[in-house]
Amino acid sequence: MADVTLTVDGKKITAPAGTLLLEACKSAGIEIPAFCYYPGLSLQAACRMCVVRIEKMPKLQTACTTPVTEGMVVTSESPEIAQARKATLQLLLGNHPLDCPVCDAGGECELQDMTFKYGAADSFYAEPKNHREEQKWSPVVYFDRPRCILCYRCVRMCGEGMDVFALGIQNRGSSSVIAPNVPAQMSPDDLAHVDCEQCGMCIDACPVGALTSGTYRYKTRPWEMNHVSTICTHCGDGCKTTLGVRSTTDGSEIVRGDNRDKSGINVDFLCNKGRYAFDFANNEDRITQPLVRQPNGEMEPVSWEVALDHVGKRFRELRDTRGGKSIGVIGSNRTTNEEAYLLQKFARTVLGTNNIDHHRTADYVAFARALAGTTDRTASLNDTLTAPAIMILGGDPTIQAPATAWNIRTNVRNNRARLYIANSAEIKLRRQAKAFAHIAPFSYGALASFLAGDDSAVDALTHSGADASSFHDFRKAIRAEESLLVLLGSEFRGADLQRLLAFGKTLPNRKFALISDYVNSRGAADMGLLPDLLPGYTPLAGNTTFAEYNTPTAPGLDLLEMFEAAGSGELSALYVVGSNPISRYGVDPASLKDTFVVVQDMFLTETAALADVILPAANLYEKSGSVTNSYGDLQLVNKAGDRAGVRTDFELIVRIADKMDANMKALVPFGKGTRADMGQSRGAQSGEADRHAVWLSANNMEPKLSPFDPFAILDEIQRLVPGYNLLRLQLLSGNAQHLQPAVNANDLVQIGNRRDLVLPANDTLFTSGTLGRYSAMLSDLQHNESLRPPTGLTQIQTAAD
Amino acid sequence: MSEIANTIFSPETAARFDHLVTIYPLKRSALVPMLLYAQDEIGYISDAVIAEIAQRIDLLELDVRNVLSYYSMLRTKPAGKYNVQVCTNISCMLRGGYEILDHCKHKLGIGHKGTTPDGVFSLEEVECIGACCWAPAIQINYDFHDDLTTEKVDVLFQMYRDGLSPNTTGKDVK
Repeated sequence: MADVTLTVDGKKITAPAGTLLLEACKSAGIEIPAFCYYPGLSLQAACRMCVVRIEKMPKLQTACTTPVTEGMVVTSESPEIAQARKATLQLLLGNHPLDCPVCDAGGECELQDMTFKYGAADSFYAEPKNHREEQKWSPVVYFDRPRCILCYRCVRMCGEGMDVFALGIQNRGSSSVIAPNVPAQMSPDDLAHVDCEQCGMCIDACPVGALTSGTYRYKTRPWEMNHVSTICTHCGDGCKTTLGVRSTTDGSEIVRGDNRDKSGINVDFLCNKGRYAFDFANNEDRITQPLVRQPNGEMEPVSWEVALDHVGKRFRELRDTRGGKSIGVIGSNRTTNEEAYLLQKFARTVLGTNNIDHHRTADYVAFARALAGTTDRTASLNDTLTAPAIMILGGDPTIQAPATAWNIRTNVRNNRARLYIANSAEIKLRRQAKAFAHIAPFSYGALASFLAGDDSAVDALTHSGADASSFHDFRKAIRAEESLLVLLGSEFRGADLQRLLAFGKTLPNRKFALISDYVNSRGAADMGLLPDLLPGYTPLAGNTTFAEYNTPTAPGLDLLEMFEAAGSGELSALYVVGSNPISRYGVDPASLKDTFVVVQDMFLTETAALADVILPAANLYEKSGSVTNSYGDLQLVNKAGDRAGVRTDFELIVRIADKMDANMKALVPFGKGTRADMGQSRGAQSGEADRHAVWLSANNMEPKLSPFDPFAILDEIQRLVPGYNLLRLQLLSGNAQHLQPAVNANDLVQIGNRRDLVLPANDTLFTSGTLGRYSAMLSDLQHNESLRPPTGLTQIQTAAD
Repeated sequence: MSEIANTIFSPETAARFDHLVTIYPLKRSALVPMLLYAQDEIGYISDAVIAEIAQRIDLLELDVRNVLSYYSMLRTKPAGKYNVQVCTNISCMLRGGYEILDHCKHKLGIGHKGTTPDGVFSLEEVECIGACCWAPAIQINYDFHDDLTTEKVDVLFQMYRDGLSPNTTGKDVK
C-alpha cells in the first residue's frame, strides 16, 4: 500500500497506509504503552493506555485502533496524556495487589514498568481489594485473579492464535474475570480447570503476573537467572527457546524455558514442550558416572579414564581382529550437526565401517534426491507465515510441528492465505482450510499419483465420506494456485515421495518441505548418518568431495540389518549415541548378547541397560553447535545448563578416537593442520596440500585450537557438505538461515529400491520419544489429560467461525 | 419436530428454538433470546440448558457461559415459584422503594437473590422496571404491582401463598 506521512511529536514519519498508529510509532522508535494490544491478534482497545492526542480530533484517541492517515499530527507524550495514563493505572491498581516482591512477573511486568514510569503508585481508592485465592487450572497454568488487569490478551491468544478457545471472560464490570472452559461445578474435583493444548501462550501474553507457569512460579526472580537462547530439542520445527539457568552445587540448573526475546524463527510462538519440557535435564535419574560391565555382569562406576580406555582398546581390538564391517554405529536425532557429522566420520574413517544409521523419522534421502538439480524448491519455516497458498499432505502439524501450525493459522487469519489439506484423518488444521480432501486410510501413495495426474488413482482415495469429484475439485483448486507451499508428512516416502516431487517440480512456484519429528532429524540425514550415503546425500562410490575419507564404497548395514547381524553373531561391537533402538524398534535384547555395546546417553534406557559401557552424555541444552530443522533452517545451539559428571557427545567421540590412536588432526581439523605447506596448493603437488587449511585461509578463517571445538567440524561441514554454504554471521547472531541440499542430479542413487526404514515417532503434544519419559512436566500433563475424556475440541465450531 | 434429539425442552420451546436459529444471519445471535426462553421454561439456566443451547447454535459451552454471566437477569440457580423483583431506582427509591425492599426481606426472611426454604418466594433487588409513574413498584415473575405500601405487599404475598393470582395490572409480558 502507498505510504502516508504523518508527524509524531514533531518528527515526520512514514508508514504504509492502513498501519495502526501504534505500530507506525513503534517502527519509528516511539514507544506507546499498551496492555491489551498484541500484534497479530484482533484489536481490543480495552486498556486505554495507548491514548494519544491527535490534532483535529476531540478527546484522546487510542493509538492501537487508529490507522495512520496523511498529514496526521500526533502527540504521544504530554502532561495531559501522562495524566490520562496515570488515571488508567490508578484504576487498574484499584484491585491489583501490591505483591510485586513475590510475584513471578516482578521485574518483567508491564504494569510495574508503567506504574514506575507514570508514578501512579499511590491510590485514591480506599475500598478493600477484592481478593481471590489462586487457581490451578492445569499442571502448567495457574491463575491469580486479583492480579488480572483484564486486557483479554490471553483470551484472544488462546482463541485466535491457538484456535483452542479455552479461555473466556465472565461476569461484568469490576467483577469480570477470565474463566477457563471447565467450570468448577463440572469438574470432578470442584475446581476450575482448562482443557487445552497446554501451550502456555496465555502465560506468555499476560502483561502481568495473573497467569503463571507451573514449572517456574515462585522459584526465582528474572534477574537472578542467566538467559541463554538455544533451540528446543523436541520437534522438527526447531523453535528458539530461552532457558533461564541458575548455578547449583553440581552445575547449572535450568529453571525456566520461555520465548523471552521473540527473536527466533518461531517469532512469538512456543509450545508446551519448548516451554516446560526442559526438566529432563534436571532429572534425578541422570547417569553422571561412566559405567562399565564387570566380569560378574554388574555395572560398576569407573573413572572417565578407565571407561574411555576400555572402549578405545576394545574398539581397536575388534576392528583389527574382526574388521570394521563387524562394527555398527547408531546416531541420534537430537545431537548437533557437528556431532552427527563427527560420528559418521569417526565410523567411516576410524572404525572403517559404513554400518551407520539413525532412527529415521522422514525420508529425507528421497526428498533431497527428488529435488536434485533444482534451486529455490525447498521451503523455510518462515515461508509458512507468508505464503499466499499452502497445501498440507499427510501429517498433523498441530501435534507434530506446533510452530508450523501456529504460522499457518496466523497466515490464514492475518493474510487470508488459502490452505488446502489432504489427510486420511480429520486433523485440526482443517478448520482453517479452504478445502479439505478426506482420503481413505493408507492411500497416500495413490494421492501422490492422483495429484501428479494419474486419474485412475482416485478410486483408492474414495470412501463412503468422499467421492471422486471432491478429489478432482481439490486437484483443480491447487493446480489453479499461482504459487504453492507444499508441506509433506512423513507418510510420503521413497517412490511415492519421488513421484510427487518429480511432478511438483515441473510446475512453477512450488516449494516443498518434509516434516519430521525431532530437532535434528533433518540434520542427522544431512550429515550422513546413513549406511549408503555420505554427508549431503553424496553417494559412497565415485565422488571426489569426500576422497580424503578413503571410506569403503560398499553400503553398510542399516539399523535393522545391524541387529540381524548381531543376532547371528556377526556384529562384534555396537556404538549407540543418544538413541534407544531397543525400545523404538522392539529389538530382542538377547540378540546383542555377543556384541560389545557402548551407549552414550543421559538415562538408563532399554538400550543402555544392555550396554557393556555407558558413557553419561550431555543433552542438547548443555552443548554448543548447530542444528537443522525439518525445513532445512540452520540455527545455533548454545550451552545453557550444565551437570557435573557428563560430557558432550562431541568430546566423547573425540576421546574414544584418541584412545584408538586415530590421527586426531585428520578426524577433527584443529591447530595448524597436518601439512602447513601452503605453497603446494596448486599444480602437480596440489594433493600434498592441507585442503582444510587452504580452505580456511581462502575464507578468512582461523584454524580452531582445540579438538573439542565443534566449530572445527562446522568448518569442515561448510567445506565439504554440499548445500551447507552457511553464513557465519547469520549463525552466530542467533538467526536462522535456510539451506537446501545441493545434490548432484547425475549421481546414480536408486530411491525406488531403497528399503523404507522411516518410523515416525508418533509423539503426542505431551510425549517426546524416550527423552520425554524423563520430563516430569510432560508426565504431569499426560496424567492431566487422562483425567478427562477427550472433549473433541476440534469438532466444535466456535464464536470465531 | 426438534432438530436436536433428546431435547430437554418442551416440544413448543424446542420448535421455537429450531425457528430462532433460522432468522438471524448468524446462528449465535439467537443466544440471548434462547437463554431467556429457556429460563422461563426450566426456571434457571442449568448446565444441561447450556449444553443444549451451545449445541444448537454451534458455540462452545464456554461462550454460552461468558454471555450468561454478563446478564443479571439470567440465573444459574433455581428461583422461587414467585420471583419478587423490587425496584430501587430513583423514582421508586424516592417513594419508598428501600422500605418495600427491607419489608420484603423481613417478611420473607431472605436477602437479595435469596429463596425461601419452601421454595415459594425468591427476592431480588433490581434496576428500573419501567413503572416510575406508579412508584414504588415490584415485579413478581412477569406481573407488575405498583403504587405499593408495606401493607399492600403483605396482602400480595398472602394472595400468592393462597394460590390466588392477583393480576392487578394484568399484563403477562412473556
